[in-house]
Amino acid sequence: MSLTHLQRLEAEAIHIFREVAATFSKPVMLYSIGKDSSVMLHLARKAFYPGKPPFPFLHVDTTWKFREMIEFRDRTAADLGIDLIVHINHDGVEQKINPFTHGSNVHTHVMKTVALRQALDKYGFDAAFGGARRDEEKSRAKERIFSFRNSQHAWDPKNQRPEMWKSYNTRVGPSETIRVFPLSNWTELDIWQYILKENIPIVPLYFAARRPVVERDGMLIMVDDDRMPLHDDEKVEERMVRFRTLGCYPLTAAVESSATTLQDIVREMLTARTSERHGRLIDADEAASMERKKREGYF
Amino acid sequence: MTAFNTPATTSSVLDYLAKQEKKSLLRFMTCGSVDDGKSTLIGRLLYDSKLLFDDQLAAIKRDTKRRNASQNDIDFALLIDGLEAEREQGITIDVAYRFFATSRRKFIVADAPGHEEYTRNMVTAASTAALAVVLVDSRKGILRQTRRHSFIASLLGVRHVLLAVNKIDLVGFDRRVFDTIVADYKEFARNLGFQTITPIPISARFGDNMTNRSTNMPWYTGPTLLEHLETIAIEDETADAPFRFPVQLVLRPNLDFRGFAGQVASGSIAVGDPVAVAKSGQVSKIKEIVTYDGNLPRAIEGQSVTLVLEDELEVSRGNMLVPPEDRPHVADQFMAHVIWLHPDPMLPGRSYILRTEVDSVSATITSLKHQIDVNTFAEEAAKSLRMNEIGVCNLSTQAPIAFDSYRTNRATGNFVLIDRFTNATVGAGMIDFPLRRALNVHWQALDINKNARAALNHQTPRVLWFTGFSGSGKSTIANIVEKMLHSKGKHTFLLDGDNVRHGLNRDLGFTEEDRVENIRRVAEVAKLMTEAGLIVLVSFISPFRSERRMAREMFASGEFIEIFVDTPIEECARRDPKGLYKKALAGEIRNFTGISSPYERPETPEIHLHTVGQEVTTLASEIEDYLGEQ
Repeated sequence: MSLTHLQRLEAEAIHIFREVAATFSKPVMLYSIGKDSSVMLHLARKAFYPGKPPFPFLHVDTTWKFREMIEFRDRTAADLGIDLIVHINHDGVEQKINPFTHGSNVHTHVMKTVALRQALDKYGFDAAFGGARRDEEKSRAKERIFSFRNSQHAWDPKNQRPEMWKSYNTRVGPSETIRVFPLSNWTELDIWQYILKENIPIVPLYFAARRPVVERDGMLIMVDDDRMPLHDDEKVEERMVRFRTLGCYPLTAAVESSATTLQDIVREMLTARTSERHGRLIDADEAASMERKKREGYF
Repeated sequence: MTAFNTPATTSSVLDYLAKQEKKSLLRFMTCGSVDDGKSTLIGRLLYDSKLLFDDQLAAIKRDTKRRNASQNDIDFALLIDGLEAEREQGITIDVAYRFFATSRRKFIVADAPGHEEYTRNMVTAASTAALAVVLVDSRKGILRQTRRHSFIASLLGVRHVLLAVNKIDLVGFDRRVFDTIVADYKEFARNLGFQTITPIPISARFGDNMTNRSTNMPWYTGPTLLEHLETIAIEDETADAPFRFPVQLVLRPNLDFRGFAGQVASGSIAVGDPVAVAKSGQVSKIKEIVTYDGNLPRAIEGQSVTLVLEDELEVSRGNMLVPPEDRPHVADQFMAHVIWLHPDPMLPGRSYILRTEVDSVSATITSLKHQIDVNTFAEEAAKSLRMNEIGVCNLSTQAPIAFDSYRTNRATGNFVLIDRFTNATVGAGMIDFPLRRALNVHWQALDINKNARAALNHQTPRVLWFTGFSGSGKSTIANIVEKMLHSKGKHTFLLDGDNVRHGLNRDLGFTEEDRVENIRRVAEVAKLMTEAGLIVLVSFISPFRSERRMAREMFASGEFIEIFVDTPIEECARRDPKGLYKKALAGEIRNFTGISSPYERPETPEIHLHTVGQEVTTLASEIEDYLGEQ
């Protein structure tokens, strides 16, 4: 008898959660409301059973998330009785930073990267769990499970700590932090397979439904509220769409789909010809854009 | 994502997933010299297995054109080399992890860098790999990096090698070239302990013998690269090894529950089985195996569970639960192979943090037995290890740790070494065996102890550790302090750097290694003297923080008083009581602190003396006042 692939991934993630709880003084889990966060939350509950996860959950709210994401977030926190911190960069709100007038780069930097740094500094967290996977993107494929950040929250990809076996180096100096990625070795298929097997609740936006969208630069953007300015030649139409990945609604493209169940989603994914992050407009800016954002402190 | 057996209908999805679930997993690495084509090989594997998405393909086609407009085929390396610096320099710097599945197996590939400078990243990849694909360029044959990587893979416990003789198209698919390289490789790898070595002639760029058999080499009848990866039997050694459960943390959510959380490192355990606590030897039985999904009758290798014992035993993080009849070693001295990973060299005598999976203790390398030449595998005498060098060392830890030899258990036989100040991971270690002297030399408990001797003397033993530049006034001040204490009837002794170097330490020079040993010996002597109940004054330049800290840690809390005699280097050079600065500035003395060797200022000394413009007696009184207040 030996463990299946998914059982091994689950056990590895639980081990990582426990290492952090045992060695850091103030950890936090970054909760982005997406499917990967849902899986992480589930694993965190398993890791400390019969106790509760001994750390709070942090959502960095850019104020441009889909409304259904926020509803799901608040319902999950209430149902599970977890300690949820919501942080918004109020300087950015005052400057009216938004993805339409300032572009995706500025918006993401101010409302997400800077906001995250603000929150980590404000609460003095020394370790932060993130849901990034190595199969998502090239620079992520190179990141350690315990990924060191200096006191400026910066990642130095050329000078990462060697990481051997499961003997993690969890030591940090004052105001230095570690980002921890328990899902490093999971693939998108593993995530869906696990959601299906464990019956983990996810945001309904992952399932196909008729939603108001406009076509812009070849992408389908959902009109989630009236803050979205429309060009003269654009018209809003109802289409059967779903999302493979969730972020700020103006920056996250929908795909046309009829997948209304988890099984449908998995089948669709198995035959997909584009990668998951294809729908993320922030990655397309330039080839190395993710690495640059990460060096600045983006998750 | 995978093109194999793609289910057409929703109803078949569940069947498909059930099949996926049963697949085994192979973790392998690719290694070899720069330009042997490692990244190209993985890119080609993913491409031929139809595992690349359209947008990924479009991006690398575009990037290939941008870099070389005349190139019409695809540069697969661009897919794998994800860091900007890598794409610019065209080399792999860090390990990239790739995931793919075929109808037979799931794979995690670690693509390790070839460049010698990044050997530490190769070590990262090898630590979790079961098989290594070693690439060799047909035109170049076995290179230094091929040997080095094979040796490191072997050292880290990789037992299977796939020897990929690449770029065979560039030597006209010549069988003799292949045969020569295979013979060379097998000859040098003879003593590396690989269970299998499987050579395959390939062209990663054009796909020969990658996933499809090449028509260019009818003389080759073995498996393709992918076939071999899919079918090689990797026996699960850890499943049959004795039960090992390193305790990560103690879960006590309420007064009624006390469980030990961890991941089974090897073997298995069932409810009712007897277990021993490795470090204390106490024995109990397994009462429950708790998980979120319900209690289990049995836990096996790889599972993360929480164990509840029948009895209330003292167990904390860093300990191990094991079978009473088959226990690991528990020792504070052992021999290990160490790979050095940092630009600052390893120094015997310096104090490092040693981290196993769950334990963390202070450790020093007590002796570097020899260094290993990775080309000839010859043992060579060495005083220190520089980055990427491998040595066999004796280590001593401040407290005993529980371990197995790395050969018998990769999970419980490894450790990393961490720098105390920068927290950098500086070394990787594989334990060979405990040292006999640790097994047989037990601490002799003595009836008359330090407190008894100190009480007779009516004083509290102390170490006054004076540090500062040569000529800063350490010895002058220490001398006056000793006189003051002596006149009050205190029993003292002054250890002076120069004097000790005439006797006890006359075999030591001024290299970094010798300076570390110099301090270690003096600290040990000072410790014996405090045991005898004395107040010890130590006047040593002691330029390195780690050695002052090592000295501090040998004493009880509050016993060690660090006194920073802070005189600017210009002032010391101006005073130059022994004429040493003059010689050092003229280049006649090597490794002179402040001139040609660094001095690391104390960050939080107990006493900080700013000497400029002060009388020495005033400074000495400051120390006396401090002692009076204590």
